[in-house]
Amino acid sequence: MTTITTSPAAVAPPRRARRYMDRKSLVPLLLFLPPALFLFVVLVVLPMVDAASFSFFDWTGYGPMTDFVGLKNYEDVLTHRHFGTAVRNSLIVIAVSLAIQLPLAMWVSLALVEKSWGVNAIRTLFFLPYMLAEIAAGLIWKFVYDGNYGLVPTVGDALGTSLPHVLGDKVWVMPAIMLVIVWKYFGFHMMIYIAGLQSIPSEVIEAARLDGVKKWQIVRHIKLPMIWGSIVISVFFSIIGALQLFDLVIPLSNGGPNNSSHTIVTFLYQFGILRMKLGFGGAVSVMLFIACVVITVVYRRLLFSREVD
Amino acid sequence: MSDVTANRKRRRRPEISPFQWLTLALVAAFIIVPFYTTVLGGFKSIGELRTNPFGLPASWDPANFTGIIFGTALFRSLWNSLIIALSTVALSVLIASMAAFALAHIRFFGSKFLMSFFMLGLLFPASTAILPLFIKLRDLGLLDSHLGIIIAQVAFSLAFSIVLFHSFFKRLPHELIDAARMDNCGYLKIYWYITLPLSLPIIATVGVFAFVGSWNSFLLPLIVLNTDTNYTWPLGIMQFQGQYGSDWPKILAYLTLTIIPAVGFFLLAQRYIISGLTGGAVKG
Repeated sequence: MTTITTSPAAVAPPRRARRYMDRKSLVPLLLFLPPALFLFVVLVVLPMVDAASFSFFDWTGYGPMTDFVGLKNYEDVLTHRHFGTAVRNSLIVIAVSLAIQLPLAMWVSLALVEKSWGVNAIRTLFFLPYMLAEIAAGLIWKFVYDGNYGLVPTVGDALGTSLPHVLGDKVWVMPAIMLVIVWKYFGFHMMIYIAGLQSIPSEVIEAARLDGVKKWQIVRHIKLPMIWGSIVISVFFSIIGALQLFDLVIPLSNGGPNNSSHTIVTFLYQFGILRMKLGFGGAVSVMLFIACVVITVVYRRLLFSREVD
Repeated sequence: MSDVTANRKRRRRPEISPFQWLTLALVAAFIIVPFYTTVLGGFKSIGELRTNPFGLPASWDPANFTGIIFGTALFRSLWNSLIIALSTVALSVLIASMAAFALAHIRFFGSKFLMSFFMLGLLFPASTAILPLFIKLRDLGLLDSHLGIIIAQVAFSLAFSIVLFHSFFKRLPHELIDAARMDNCGYLKIYWYITLPLSLPIIATVGVFAFVGSWNSFLLPLIVLNTDTNYTWPLGIMQFQGQYGSDWPKILAYLTLTIIPAVGFFLLAQRYIISGLTGGAVKG
Protein backbone atom coordinates (compact mmCIF):
# COMPACT_ATOMS: atom_id res chain seq x y z
CA MET A 1 0.00 0.00 0.00
CA THR A 2 2.61 2.49 1.07
CA THR A 3 5.01 1.50 -1.67
CA ILE A 4 2.36 2.01 -4.27
CA THR A 5 1.52 5.51 -3.15
CA THR A 6 5.03 6.72 -2.43
CA SER A 7 6.86 5.39 -5.44
CA PRO A 8 5.14 7.53 -8.08
CA ALA A 9 5.44 10.53 -5.82
CA ALA A 10 9.14 9.89 -5.31
CA VAL A 11 9.74 9.72 -9.02
CA ALA A 12 7.46 12.53 -10.04
CA PRO A 13 8.80 15.53 -8.12
CA PRO A 14 12.18 15.91 -9.85
CA ARG A 15 10.58 15.85 -13.26
CA ARG A 16 7.77 18.12 -12.19
CA ALA A 17 10.16 20.45 -10.43
CA ARG A 18 12.38 20.80 -13.46
CA ARG A 19 9.51 21.51 -15.78
CA TYR A 20 8.08 23.86 -13.21
CA MET A 21 11.29 25.88 -13.09
CA ASP A 22 11.64 26.19 -16.84
CA ARG A 23 8.13 27.33 -17.28
CA LYS A 24 7.53 29.40 -14.22
CA SER A 25 10.83 30.91 -13.24
CA LEU A 26 10.86 33.25 -16.19
CA VAL A 27 8.07 35.52 -14.96
CA PRO A 28 9.55 36.06 -11.47
CA LEU A 29 12.98 36.63 -12.97
CA LEU A 30 11.56 39.26 -15.27
CA LEU A 31 9.86 40.85 -12.30
CA PHE A 32 12.59 40.59 -9.66
CA LEU A 33 15.78 41.46 -11.48
CA PRO A 34 15.05 44.38 -13.81
CA PRO A 35 14.40 47.09 -11.16
CA ALA A 36 17.77 46.49 -9.52
CA LEU A 37 19.56 46.02 -12.81
CA PHE A 38 18.02 49.11 -14.31
CA LEU A 39 18.90 51.40 -11.40
CA PHE A 40 22.37 49.92 -11.08
CA VAL A 41 23.20 50.23 -14.76
CA VAL A 42 21.69 53.69 -15.27
CA LEU A 43 22.93 55.36 -12.09
CA VAL A 44 26.10 53.47 -11.16
CA VAL A 45 27.67 51.85 -14.19
CA LEU A 46 26.75 54.25 -17.01
CA PRO A 47 27.81 57.41 -15.15
CA MET A 48 31.29 55.97 -14.68
CA VAL A 49 31.46 55.08 -18.36
CA ASP A 50 30.32 58.62 -19.19
CA ALA A 51 32.96 60.10 -16.90
CA ALA A 52 35.60 58.09 -18.70
CA SER A 53 34.38 59.48 -22.01
CA PHE A 54 34.02 63.13 -21.09
CA SER A 55 37.37 63.17 -19.34
CA PHE A 56 38.85 63.25 -22.87
CA PHE A 57 36.90 66.34 -23.90
CA ASP A 58 36.92 69.98 -23.00
CA TRP A 59 33.29 70.09 -21.94
CA THR A 60 31.27 72.50 -19.82
CA GLY A 61 28.31 70.16 -19.53
CA TYR A 62 26.09 71.66 -22.21
CA GLY A 63 25.76 70.73 -25.85
CA PRO A 64 27.57 67.94 -27.60
CA MET A 65 31.11 66.98 -26.70
CA THR A 66 33.12 68.07 -29.71
CA ASP A 67 36.34 69.42 -28.32
CA PHE A 68 38.46 66.29 -28.04
CA VAL A 69 41.60 67.08 -26.07
CA GLY A 70 43.07 63.63 -25.50
CA LEU A 71 44.86 63.31 -22.18
CA LYS A 72 45.08 67.04 -21.57
CA ASN A 73 42.56 66.98 -18.70
CA TYR A 74 44.59 64.31 -16.95
CA GLU A 75 47.71 66.37 -17.44
CA ASP A 76 45.91 69.45 -16.07
CA VAL A 77 44.81 67.56 -12.98
CA LEU A 78 48.21 66.07 -12.29
CA THR A 79 49.94 69.41 -12.67
CA HIS A 80 47.27 71.37 -10.78
CA ARG A 81 48.73 73.33 -7.87
CA HIS A 82 46.31 71.92 -5.35
CA PHE A 83 45.93 68.37 -6.58
CA GLY A 84 49.22 67.40 -4.98
CA THR A 85 48.01 68.88 -1.69
CA ALA A 86 44.75 66.95 -1.94
CA VAL A 87 46.53 63.65 -2.58
CA ARG A 88 49.07 64.34 0.16
CA ASN A 89 46.30 65.17 2.63
CA SER A 90 44.45 61.97 1.79
CA LEU A 91 47.67 60.01 2.36
CA ILE A 92 48.18 61.81 5.69
CA VAL A 93 44.65 60.83 6.71
CA ILE A 94 45.41 57.20 5.88
CA ALA A 95 48.73 57.30 7.74
CA VAL A 96 47.27 58.88 10.87
CA SER A 97 44.33 56.47 10.82
CA LEU A 98 46.70 53.52 10.74
CA ALA A 99 49.16 54.96 13.24
CA ILE A 100 46.79 56.47 15.80
CA GLN A 101 43.14 55.70 15.20
CA LEU A 102 43.32 51.94 14.76
CA PRO A 103 45.73 51.32 17.67
CA LEU A 104 43.49 53.45 19.89
CA ALA A 105 40.42 51.49 18.75
CA MET A 106 42.26 48.23 19.43
CA TRP A 107 43.45 49.34 22.84
CA VAL A 108 39.96 50.41 23.86
CA SER A 109 38.27 47.32 22.43
CA LEU A 110 40.52 45.00 24.44
CA ALA A 111 39.07 46.55 27.59
CA LEU A 112 35.48 46.39 26.36
CA VAL A 113 35.01 42.77 25.29
CA GLU A 114 33.22 41.30 28.27
CA LYS A 115 29.62 42.40 28.38
CA SER A 116 28.34 44.24 31.39
CA TRP A 117 26.08 47.17 31.96
CA GLY A 118 28.93 49.66 32.24
CA VAL A 119 30.83 48.24 29.29
CA ASN A 120 27.74 48.51 27.12
CA ALA A 121 27.23 52.13 28.09
CA ILE A 122 30.85 52.98 27.27
CA ARG A 123 30.67 51.16 23.93
CA THR A 124 27.50 53.03 23.00
CA LEU A 125 29.11 56.33 23.94
CA PHE A 126 32.24 55.61 21.89
CA PHE A 127 30.17 54.51 18.92
CA LEU A 128 27.88 57.53 19.07
CA PRO A 129 30.04 59.94 17.00
CA TYR A 130 30.13 57.40 14.17
CA MET A 131 26.35 57.60 13.88
CA LEU A 132 26.35 61.37 13.85
CA ALA A 133 26.13 63.08 10.48
CA GLU A 134 29.52 64.31 9.31
CA ILE A 135 28.04 67.78 8.90
CA ALA A 136 26.91 67.89 12.53
CA ALA A 137 30.25 66.54 13.76
CA GLY A 138 32.07 69.07 11.62
CA LEU A 139 30.04 71.99 12.96
CA ILE A 140 30.41 70.88 16.57
CA TRP A 141 34.18 70.86 16.11
CA LYS A 142 34.15 74.09 14.17
CA PHE A 143 32.76 75.57 17.37
CA VAL A 144 35.36 73.80 19.52
CA TYR A 145 38.11 75.24 17.31
CA ASP A 146 36.55 78.69 16.91
CA GLY A 147 39.24 81.27 17.59
CA ASN A 148 36.97 83.66 19.47
CA TYR A 149 34.27 81.66 21.21
CA GLY A 150 35.43 78.06 21.07
CA LEU A 151 37.17 75.78 23.53
CA VAL A 152 40.61 76.10 22.01
CA PRO A 153 41.07 79.78 22.99
CA THR A 154 39.72 78.93 26.44
CA VAL A 155 42.38 76.27 26.81
CA GLY A 156 44.88 78.87 25.61
CA ASP A 157 43.69 81.27 28.31
CA ALA A 158 44.13 78.57 30.92
CA LEU A 159 47.65 77.93 29.71
CA GLY A 160 48.34 81.63 29.68
CA THR A 161 49.09 81.81 25.96
CA SER A 162 46.99 82.52 22.94
CA LEU A 163 46.68 79.51 20.68
CA PRO A 164 46.41 79.99 16.91
CA HIS A 165 43.06 79.94 15.15
CA VAL A 166 43.65 76.34 14.19
CA LEU A 167 41.24 76.14 11.25
CA GLY A 168 42.67 79.31 9.74
CA ASP A 169 46.25 78.17 10.06
CA LYS A 170 47.93 76.24 7.28
CA VAL A 171 50.05 74.24 9.69
CA TRP A 172 47.34 73.37 12.18
CA VAL A 173 44.36 72.78 9.96
CA MET A 174 45.20 69.18 8.99
CA PRO A 175 46.04 68.04 12.54
CA ALA A 176 42.78 69.66 13.65
CA ILE A 177 40.83 67.76 11.00
CA MET A 178 42.65 64.54 11.91
CA LEU A 179 41.57 64.90 15.52
CA VAL A 180 37.93 65.14 14.40
CA ILE A 181 38.40 62.09 12.19
CA VAL A 182 39.70 60.08 15.15
CA TRP A 183 36.82 61.36 17.29
CA LYS A 184 34.27 60.44 14.66
CA TYR A 185 35.50 57.09 13.40
CA PHE A 186 37.51 55.24 16.05
CA GLY A 187 34.27 53.85 17.53
CA PHE A 188 33.48 52.17 14.24
CA HIS A 189 36.81 50.34 14.22
CA MET A 190 36.40 49.55 17.90
CA MET A 191 33.10 47.78 17.12
CA ILE A 192 34.72 45.71 14.39
CA TYR A 193 37.50 44.65 16.77
CA ILE A 194 35.07 43.87 19.58
CA ALA A 195 33.09 41.63 17.24
CA GLY A 196 36.32 39.88 16.29
CA LEU A 197 37.48 39.48 19.89
CA GLN A 198 34.09 38.08 20.90
CA SER A 199 34.37 35.36 18.28
CA ILE A 200 37.54 33.97 19.87
CA PRO A 201 36.55 30.82 21.79
CA SER A 202 36.97 31.58 25.46
CA GLU A 203 38.57 28.13 26.01
CA VAL A 204 41.61 29.25 24.04
CA ILE A 205 42.19 32.27 26.27
CA GLU A 206 41.36 30.23 29.35
CA ALA A 207 43.86 27.52 28.43
CA ALA A 208 46.62 30.04 27.83
CA ARG A 209 45.87 31.75 31.13
CA LEU A 210 45.97 28.45 33.00
CA ASP A 211 49.35 27.81 31.41
CA GLY A 212 50.50 31.04 33.00
CA VAL A 213 50.78 33.11 29.83
CA LYS A 214 50.87 36.79 30.70
CA LYS A 215 48.01 39.07 29.78
CA TRP A 216 49.86 41.06 27.15
CA GLN A 217 51.43 37.94 25.70
CA ILE A 218 47.91 36.59 25.23
CA VAL A 219 47.01 39.78 23.41
CA ARG A 220 50.13 39.72 21.30
CA HIS A 221 50.28 36.03 20.42
CA ILE A 222 46.66 34.87 20.57
CA LYS A 223 44.16 37.69 20.32
CA LEU A 224 45.77 39.81 17.62
CA PRO A 225 46.51 36.89 15.28
CA MET A 226 43.01 35.51 15.80
CA ILE A 227 41.30 38.76 14.83
CA TRP A 228 43.57 39.31 11.84
CA GLY A 229 40.48 39.31 9.61
CA SER A 230 38.92 42.19 11.54
CA ILE A 231 42.14 44.19 11.34
CA VAL A 232 42.39 43.63 7.60
CA ILE A 233 38.84 44.91 7.16
CA SER A 234 39.22 47.96 9.37
CA VAL A 235 42.44 48.96 7.56
CA PHE A 236 40.57 48.61 4.29
CA PHE A 237 37.73 50.85 5.50
CA SER A 238 40.24 53.44 6.70
CA ILE A 239 41.87 53.64 3.29
CA ILE A 240 38.67 53.79 1.27
CA GLY A 241 37.14 56.21 3.79
CA ALA A 242 40.14 58.54 3.53
CA LEU A 243 39.86 58.59 -0.25
CA GLN A 244 36.24 59.73 -0.12
CA LEU A 245 36.48 62.19 2.77
CA PHE A 246 34.32 65.21 2.02
CA ASP A 247 31.41 65.97 4.37
CA LEU A 248 33.60 66.52 7.41
CA VAL A 249 36.02 68.90 5.72
CA ILE A 250 33.37 71.21 4.24
CA PRO A 251 32.02 72.62 7.53
CA LEU A 252 35.43 72.60 9.22
CA SER A 253 37.73 74.30 6.73
CA ASN A 254 36.05 74.07 3.32
CA GLY A 255 39.45 73.13 1.92
CA GLY A 256 41.08 76.29 3.24
CA PRO A 257 43.00 78.27 4.26
CA ASN A 258 44.59 78.86 0.89
CA ASN A 259 43.39 75.47 -0.36
CA SER A 260 45.72 73.74 2.10
CA SER A 261 43.23 71.21 3.49
CA HIS A 262 41.65 69.79 0.35
CA THR A 263 40.96 66.12 0.07
CA ILE A 264 40.52 64.46 -3.31
CA VAL A 265 36.74 64.79 -3.23
CA THR A 266 36.70 68.42 -1.99
CA PHE A 267 39.21 69.15 -4.75
CA LEU A 268 36.89 67.51 -7.27
CA TYR A 269 33.97 69.53 -5.94
CA GLN A 270 35.80 72.85 -5.82
CA PHE A 271 37.63 72.74 -9.12
CA GLY A 272 35.54 70.35 -11.21
CA ILE A 273 31.91 70.66 -10.20
CA LEU A 274 31.57 74.24 -8.92
CA ARG A 275 33.38 75.57 -11.97
CA MET A 276 31.56 73.19 -14.30
CA LYS A 277 34.85 72.00 -15.77
CA LEU A 278 33.47 68.58 -16.43
CA GLY A 279 36.34 67.23 -18.47
CA PHE A 280 38.69 68.14 -15.64
CA GLY A 281 36.33 66.74 -13.00
CA GLY A 282 35.81 63.63 -15.10
CA ALA A 283 39.54 63.04 -15.11
CA VAL A 284 39.66 63.35 -11.29
CA SER A 285 36.69 60.96 -10.99
CA VAL A 286 38.29 58.39 -13.27
CA MET A 287 41.58 58.48 -11.39
CA LEU A 288 39.81 58.22 -8.04
CA PHE A 289 37.71 55.35 -9.37
CA ILE A 290 40.76 53.51 -10.67
CA ALA A 291 42.53 54.07 -7.34
CA CYS A 292 39.57 52.59 -5.43
CA VAL A 293 39.29 49.59 -7.74
CA VAL A 294 43.03 48.89 -7.76
CA ILE A 295 43.27 49.19 -3.99
CA THR A 296 40.28 46.91 -3.49
CA VAL A 297 41.46 44.27 -5.94
CA VAL A 298 45.08 44.26 -4.79
CA TYR A 299 44.07 44.33 -1.15
CA ARG A 300 41.71 41.41 -1.64
CA ARG A 301 44.34 39.40 -3.45
CA LEU A 302 46.95 40.08 -0.83
CA LEU A 303 45.02 39.91 2.38
CA PHE A 304 41.44 38.72 2.19
CA SER A 305 42.52 35.52 0.45
CA ARG A 306 44.76 34.64 3.36
CA GLU A 307 41.73 34.68 5.56
CA VAL A 308 39.79 32.32 3.33
CA ASP A 309 42.57 29.74 3.03
CA MET B 1 26.28 26.03 42.42
CA SER B 2 25.77 29.77 42.35
CA ASP B 3 29.05 30.00 44.23
CA VAL B 4 30.84 28.11 41.50
CA THR B 5 29.41 30.18 38.65
CA ALA B 6 30.15 33.37 40.51
CA ASN B 7 33.69 32.18 40.96
CA ARG B 8 34.00 31.26 37.29
CA LYS B 9 32.63 34.61 36.27
CA ARG B 10 35.07 36.48 38.44
CA ARG B 11 37.95 34.46 37.15
CA ARG B 12 36.97 34.85 33.50
CA ARG B 13 36.50 38.56 33.58
CA PRO B 14 39.83 39.99 32.42
CA GLU B 15 40.97 42.60 34.83
CA ILE B 16 41.11 46.05 33.30
CA SER B 17 44.42 47.59 34.24
CA PRO B 18 44.54 51.08 35.82
CA PHE B 19 46.20 52.37 32.68
CA GLN B 20 43.31 51.04 30.60
CA TRP B 21 40.83 52.67 32.95
CA LEU B 22 42.69 55.92 32.52
CA THR B 23 42.53 55.69 28.72
CA LEU B 24 38.86 54.83 28.82
CA ALA B 25 38.17 57.85 31.02
CA LEU B 26 40.22 60.16 28.80
CA VAL B 27 38.56 58.89 25.63
CA ALA B 28 35.13 59.23 27.26
CA ALA B 29 35.92 62.86 28.12
CA PHE B 30 37.20 63.42 24.60
CA ILE B 31 33.88 62.16 23.21
CA ILE B 32 31.61 63.87 25.72
CA VAL B 33 33.08 67.39 25.98
CA PRO B 34 32.14 68.54 22.46
CA PHE B 35 28.59 67.23 22.86
CA TYR B 36 28.24 68.71 26.33
CA THR B 37 29.45 72.17 25.35
CA THR B 38 27.27 72.11 22.24
CA VAL B 39 24.08 71.32 24.14
CA LEU B 40 24.76 73.85 26.89
CA GLY B 41 26.05 76.45 24.43
CA GLY B 42 22.56 76.86 22.98
CA PHE B 43 21.43 78.37 26.30
CA LYS B 44 24.37 80.71 26.75
CA SER B 45 24.99 84.21 25.52
CA ILE B 46 27.84 84.71 23.11
CA GLY B 47 30.05 86.32 25.75
CA GLU B 48 29.33 83.54 28.20
CA LEU B 49 30.71 80.97 25.76
CA ARG B 50 34.14 82.38 26.36
CA THR B 51 33.93 83.28 30.04
CA ASN B 52 32.10 80.14 31.15
CA PRO B 53 32.72 77.43 28.56
CA PHE B 54 32.25 74.33 30.73
CA GLY B 55 29.88 75.48 33.46
CA LEU B 56 26.11 75.51 33.42
CA PRO B 57 24.57 78.54 31.72
CA ALA B 58 23.75 81.58 33.87
CA SER B 59 20.11 81.32 32.85
CA TRP B 60 18.26 78.55 31.02
CA ASP B 61 16.88 80.94 28.45
CA PRO B 62 15.31 78.81 25.70
CA ALA B 63 14.92 81.75 23.29
CA ASN B 64 17.39 80.32 20.78
CA PHE B 65 15.58 76.99 20.74
CA THR B 66 12.06 78.38 20.56
CA GLY B 67 13.09 80.79 17.81
CA ILE B 68 14.24 77.85 15.69
CA ILE B 69 11.36 75.56 16.62
CA PHE B 70 8.74 78.18 15.73
CA GLY B 71 10.50 79.01 12.49
CA THR B 72 9.63 76.82 9.52
CA ALA B 73 13.10 76.05 8.17
CA LEU B 74 14.17 73.39 10.67
CA PHE B 75 11.05 71.26 10.52
CA ARG B 76 10.73 71.62 6.78
CA SER B 77 14.27 70.37 6.29
CA LEU B 78 13.81 67.53 8.80
CA TRP B 79 10.59 66.58 7.03
CA ASN B 80 12.34 66.57 3.64
CA SER B 81 15.09 64.38 5.07
CA LEU B 82 12.54 62.04 6.59
CA ILE B 83 10.59 61.63 3.35
CA ILE B 84 13.77 60.98 1.40
CA ALA B 85 15.11 58.55 3.99
CA LEU B 86 11.88 56.57 4.29
CA SER B 87 11.47 56.33 0.51
CA THR B 88 15.08 55.22 0.20
CA VAL B 89 14.52 52.54 2.83
CA ALA B 90 11.34 51.24 1.22
CA LEU B 91 12.77 51.12 -2.28
CA SER B 92 16.14 49.69 -1.18
CA VAL B 93 14.58 46.90 0.83
CA LEU B 94 12.10 46.00 -1.89
CA ILE B 95 14.40 46.16 -4.90
CA ALA B 96 17.47 44.65 -3.25
CA SER B 97 15.52 41.81 -1.64
CA MET B 98 13.80 40.95 -4.92
CA ALA B 99 17.10 40.82 -6.76
CA ALA B 100 18.78 38.88 -3.97
CA PHE B 101 15.87 36.43 -3.89
CA ALA B 102 16.18 35.77 -7.61
CA LEU B 103 19.94 35.35 -7.30
CA ALA B 104 19.71 33.10 -4.25
CA HIS B 105 16.73 30.89 -5.04
CA ILE B 106 16.05 30.80 -8.76
CA ARG B 107 18.54 28.90 -10.84
CA PHE B 108 19.13 30.50 -14.19
CA PHE B 109 21.88 30.95 -16.70
CA GLY B 110 24.18 33.83 -15.71
CA SER B 111 23.12 34.19 -12.09
CA LYS B 112 26.73 33.93 -10.86
CA PHE B 113 27.79 36.54 -13.38
CA LEU B 114 24.97 38.88 -12.34
CA MET B 115 25.94 38.57 -8.70
CA SER B 116 29.52 39.57 -9.50
CA PHE B 117 28.20 42.37 -11.67
CA PHE B 118 26.29 43.83 -8.72
CA MET B 119 29.38 43.34 -6.57
CA LEU B 120 31.12 45.91 -8.74
CA GLY B 121 29.11 48.45 -6.79
CA LEU B 122 31.07 47.56 -3.64
CA LEU B 123 34.28 48.69 -5.30
CA PHE B 124 33.59 52.38 -5.29
CA PRO B 125 31.53 54.78 -3.19
CA ALA B 126 29.00 57.30 -4.48
CA SER B 127 31.34 60.24 -3.93
CA THR B 128 33.69 58.83 -6.56
CA ALA B 129 30.93 58.99 -9.14
CA ILE B 130 29.30 62.19 -7.94
CA LEU B 131 30.17 64.27 -11.00
CA PRO B 132 28.90 61.89 -13.70
CA LEU B 133 25.95 61.07 -11.46
CA PHE B 134 25.10 64.76 -11.41
CA ILE B 135 25.19 64.89 -15.22
CA LYS B 136 23.04 61.77 -15.45
CA LEU B 137 20.42 63.13 -13.06
CA ARG B 138 20.41 66.39 -14.98
CA ASP B 139 19.85 64.56 -18.25
CA LEU B 140 17.01 62.63 -16.66
CA GLY B 141 15.46 65.91 -15.48
CA LEU B 142 15.77 64.91 -11.83
CA LEU B 143 17.78 67.86 -10.50
CA ASP B 144 16.27 69.76 -7.59
CA SER B 145 13.90 66.87 -6.89
CA HIS B 146 13.74 64.46 -4.01
CA LEU B 147 13.17 61.60 -6.41
CA GLY B 148 16.61 62.14 -7.93
CA ILE B 149 18.27 61.77 -4.53
CA ILE B 150 16.17 58.77 -3.60
CA ILE B 151 16.90 56.69 -6.69
CA ALA B 152 20.59 57.61 -6.67
CA GLN B 153 20.88 56.52 -3.04
CA VAL B 154 19.02 53.30 -3.74
CA ALA B 155 21.26 52.58 -6.73
CA PHE B 156 24.45 53.12 -4.76
CA SER B 157 23.32 51.10 -1.75
CA LEU B 158 22.15 48.18 -3.90
CA ALA B 159 25.41 46.24 -3.89
CA PHE B 160 25.75 46.25 -0.12
CA SER B 161 22.05 45.50 0.45
CA ILE B 162 22.06 42.65 -2.08
CA VAL B 163 25.09 41.07 -0.37
CA LEU B 164 23.37 41.21 3.02
CA PHE B 165 20.07 39.82 1.68
CA HIS B 166 21.74 37.19 -0.48
CA SER B 167 23.78 35.67 2.31
CA PHE B 168 20.76 35.69 4.62
CA PHE B 169 18.47 34.08 2.03
CA LYS B 170 21.07 31.38 1.36
CA ARG B 171 21.03 30.45 5.02
CA LEU B 172 17.25 30.03 5.18
CA PRO B 173 16.25 26.37 5.39
CA HIS B 174 16.03 25.18 1.81
CA GLU B 175 13.37 22.60 2.66
CA LEU B 176 10.83 25.37 3.14
CA ILE B 177 11.20 26.60 -0.38
CA ASP B 178 11.34 23.11 -1.85
CA ALA B 179 8.20 22.17 0.01
CA ALA B 180 6.42 25.28 -1.19
CA ARG B 181 7.44 24.55 -4.75
CA MET B 182 6.09 21.00 -4.46
CA ASP B 183 2.81 22.50 -3.43
CA ASN B 184 2.83 24.40 -6.67
CA CYS B 185 3.45 27.69 -4.96
CA GLY B 186 4.97 30.23 -7.34
CA TYR B 187 8.14 32.17 -6.67
CA LEU B 188 6.22 35.38 -6.17
CA LYS B 189 4.23 33.81 -3.35
CA ILE B 190 7.32 32.17 -1.88
CA TYR B 191 9.06 35.53 -1.85
CA TRP B 192 6.17 37.37 -0.29
CA TYR B 193 4.74 34.80 2.12
CA ILE B 194 7.77 32.73 3.10
CA THR B 195 11.06 34.49 2.52
CA LEU B 196 10.19 38.04 3.54
CA PRO B 197 8.43 37.17 6.81
CA LEU B 198 11.44 35.04 7.79
CA SER B 199 13.85 37.83 6.95
CA LEU B 200 12.72 40.55 9.33
CA PRO B 201 16.13 40.83 11.08
CA ILE B 202 17.99 41.41 7.84
CA ILE B 203 15.28 43.74 6.56
CA ALA B 204 15.73 45.77 9.74
CA THR B 205 19.50 45.86 9.25
CA VAL B 206 19.35 46.87 5.61
CA GLY B 207 16.61 49.37 6.39
CA VAL B 208 18.47 50.97 9.28
CA PHE B 209 21.62 51.28 7.18
CA ALA B 210 19.76 52.83 4.28
CA PHE B 211 18.01 55.19 6.66
CA VAL B 212 21.12 56.40 8.45
CA GLY B 213 23.05 56.76 5.20
CA SER B 214 20.28 58.80 3.67
CA TRP B 215 19.60 60.88 6.78
CA ASN B 216 23.26 61.87 7.10
CA SER B 217 24.02 62.28 3.43
CA PHE B 218 25.32 65.67 2.37
CA LEU B 219 27.22 65.58 -0.92
CA LEU B 220 24.41 64.19 -3.04
CA PRO B 221 21.70 66.64 -1.85
CA LEU B 222 24.26 69.43 -2.06
CA ILE B 223 24.74 68.78 -5.73
CA VAL B 224 21.18 67.85 -6.66
CA LEU B 225 19.07 70.38 -4.73
CA ASN B 226 19.08 74.12 -5.23
CA THR B 227 15.76 75.43 -3.87
CA ASP B 228 15.84 75.95 -0.12
CA THR B 229 12.32 74.61 0.39
CA ASN B 230 13.63 71.27 -0.89
CA TYR B 231 16.69 71.25 1.36
CA THR B 232 17.46 68.33 3.63
CA TRP B 233 18.58 69.11 7.16
CA PRO B 234 22.36 68.96 6.53
CA LEU B 235 21.92 71.58 3.80
CA GLY B 236 19.60 73.53 6.08
CA ILE B 237 22.12 73.63 8.90
CA MET B 238 24.91 74.73 6.57
CA GLN B 239 22.67 77.50 5.28
CA PHE B 240 21.75 78.52 8.83
CA GLN B 241 25.40 78.56 9.79
CA GLY B 242 26.22 80.67 6.76
CA GLN B 243 23.47 83.10 7.71
CA TYR B 244 24.43 83.53 11.34
CA GLY B 245 28.19 83.43 10.85
CA SER B 246 29.59 83.25 14.33
CA ASP B 247 26.43 83.68 16.33
CA TRP B 248 27.38 80.41 17.95
CA PRO B 249 24.60 80.10 20.57
CA LYS B 250 22.00 80.08 17.76
CA ILE B 251 24.01 77.60 15.69
CA LEU B 252 24.60 75.36 18.71
CA ALA B 253 20.87 75.40 19.49
CA TYR B 254 20.14 74.39 15.90
CA LEU B 255 22.76 71.65 16.09
CA THR B 256 21.31 70.34 19.34
CA LEU B 257 17.83 70.17 17.83
CA THR B 258 19.08 68.14 14.86
CA ILE B 259 21.24 65.84 16.97
CA ILE B 260 18.45 64.85 19.38
CA PRO B 261 16.40 62.78 16.88
CA ALA B 262 19.58 61.16 15.56
CA VAL B 263 20.74 60.11 19.01
CA GLY B 264 17.28 58.81 19.88
CA PHE B 265 17.13 56.77 16.70
CA PHE B 266 20.65 55.47 17.27
CA LEU B 267 19.85 54.23 20.76
CA LEU B 268 16.80 52.39 19.43
CA ALA B 269 18.45 50.92 16.35
CA GLN B 270 22.06 50.32 17.36
CA ARG B 271 21.54 46.55 17.60
CA TYR B 272 20.80 46.40 13.87
CA ILE B 273 23.58 48.81 12.98
CA ILE B 274 26.16 46.73 14.80
CA SER B 275 24.94 43.43 13.40
CA GLY B 276 25.02 44.92 9.91
CA LEU B 277 28.52 46.27 10.43
CA THR B 278 29.95 43.06 11.74
CA GLY B 279 27.88 40.82 9.45
CA GLY B 280 28.67 42.91 6.40
CA ALA B 281 32.28 43.25 7.45
CA VAL B 282 32.74 39.53 7.81
CA LYS B 283 31.49 39.06 4.27
CA GLY B 284 33.99 41.69 3.22
